Amino acid sequence: MVKFLPLKQAVAENLRDGDTVAFEGFTHLIPTAAAHEAIRQGFRDLTLVRMTPDLIYDQMIGMGMAKKNVFSYVGNPGVGLLRRARDAIENGFPNRIEVEEHSHAGMANAYEAGAAGLPCAVFRGYRGAGLAEVNPNIRSVTCPFTGEVLAAVPAIRPDVTFIHAQKADRKGNVLVEGIIGIQKEAVLAAKRAVVTVEEVVDNFDDLHPNLTVLPRWTIAAISVVPGGSHPSYAHGYYARDNAAYLEWDEIAADRDRFQAWMRENVLERTADDFAARVEHLRKAA
Amino acid sequence: MSEETGFTPAEMMTIAASRALKNDDVCFVGIGAPSAACNVARLTHAPDITLIYESGTIGTAPDVLPLSIGDGELCETAVTTVAVPEMFRYWLQGGRISIGFLGAAQLDKFGNINTTVIGDYFHPKTRLPGGGGAPEIATSSREVYITMAQSKRGMVEKIDFFTSFGHGEGGDHRKRLGIDTAGPTLLITDLAIWKPDPVTKEFTVVSLHPGVSRQRVQDSCGWIVKFAEGLDETPAPSELELRTLRDLQARTRAAHEGTGKEKAA
Repeated sequence: MVKFLPLKQAVAENLRDGDTVAFEGFTHLIPTAAAHEAIRQGFRDLTLVRMTPDLIYDQMIGMGMAKKNVFSYVGNPGVGLLRRARDAIENGFPNRIEVEEHSHAGMANAYEAGAAGLPCAVFRGYRGAGLAEVNPNIRSVTCPFTGEVLAAVPAIRPDVTFIHAQKADRKGNVLVEGIIGIQKEAVLAAKRAVVTVEEVVDNFDDLHPNLTVLPRWTIAAISVVPGGSHPSYAHGYYARDNAAYLEWDEIAADRDRFQAWMRENVLERTADDFAARVEHLRKAA
Repeated sequence: MSEETGFTPAEMMTIAASRALKNDDVCFVGIGAPSAACNVARLTHAPDITLIYESGTIGTAPDVLPLSIGDGELCETAVTTVAVPEMFRYWLQGGRISIGFLGAAQLDKFGNINTTVIGDYFHPKTRLPGGGGAPEIATSSREVYITMAQSKRGMVEKIDFFTSFGHGEGGDHRKRLGIDTAGPTLLITDLAIWKPDPVTKEFTVVSLHPGVSRQRVQDSCGWIVKFAEGLDETPAPSELELRTLRDLQARTRAAHEGTGKEKAA
């Protein structure tokens, strides 16, 4: 049953060295605070799964926490490349990482298969695509009814999934709205799920009946971290800090500047610092 | 900006690309140059066009160009926003998309696109972001439009990696792989409009933008360029088109600079 915990404790209780972990959020609601807490606790040998690794996996890879990265777009959305991830893939710095690359359709289907309890996902994909030749986990099955050859990828089943959401009610049910991405599938595919939220409200009685609500019994722990998605955004709370994404490109370009930034903004900080980071973005939301 | 024409090649590219879109199109929009073209179309001759971004936003009408495919305004102005698996399964794979609009880092003459690596996949010289939604956009959209600025580095005889399949080796290669969609049917660069040869599927220049010579097209392309007989000249941007694009870009600049500059973290 879900527990409300300080983020430090929620991460410590649910993530272990060597885990396969997904910090999901498709541009929106990225669980940055949870990722930073994982960085502070210094986990190693993680298999980092995420459609769009984004800044947080650039940071985790740059800090040497990753053994493997499973992804479908290893870029800084709208800006360009992820320079720490590049350094690891191109130069093996700070360590060599194994790469398993898919398309968005492949990963989305694989998460859905994980949530559905299936061993694999079947879809029409990767036709003529080079990824099918370099990723041994992209295979094919023949439809027993039509004979059509379809792509197959193994289901994604993370040991633990972290997401950020707008709010929880007092019982621990969680609401996700706006660009809902892959979060519901990533939570239901995982053995354990940890959710950071902007706030806790008394109840969800006034919500539209079809909104995306994750029942409390699908979640291991909830931590209240206002601003916990920054520099991503939380629909209805604060806007995306586009300038921070542009700035990251320069910070991550240099190994020493990256380390200095991480020390100042992650290692020597706490989850409580996130609220102030979105203050100037609240009006814009 | 060229003193002679009053517009830049990049502006001509975006506007020429916007003209290719129709009011009843359902367009899966790639970020960057395609996104600008699609929104200029929506703000000029195609007000009812359905723009879809892979973050799940269907029928979106942003006031400024998004920096990412998942900016908040895409959701706020959309007819509906769906989960990512639904986006790719029901809407793209289901055959609901008329135009997939893609950019490219590297392109060959058959419309095959590489946005994955420069060099060998396992030992890349440059690791690029990769395909994202593109591999399936390229094969499940009924047609694909491509837009990119010309350069010898970008338009090459042989791409390093097949991120998204165009016409493969040309001819009926798509059909041989069981792909029943049309694939790339239009390429809009900063210098010209290209269409695939009906038989070989090689991109052929059908229209030069105003003031552009054949030589200039050839000098910024890595393969030997074929030109159609009866080559057209692309009509210059109208005042409305230029104003719409420039206003959109000015709003976009102001919006993206306006957040967070005073904060480091």
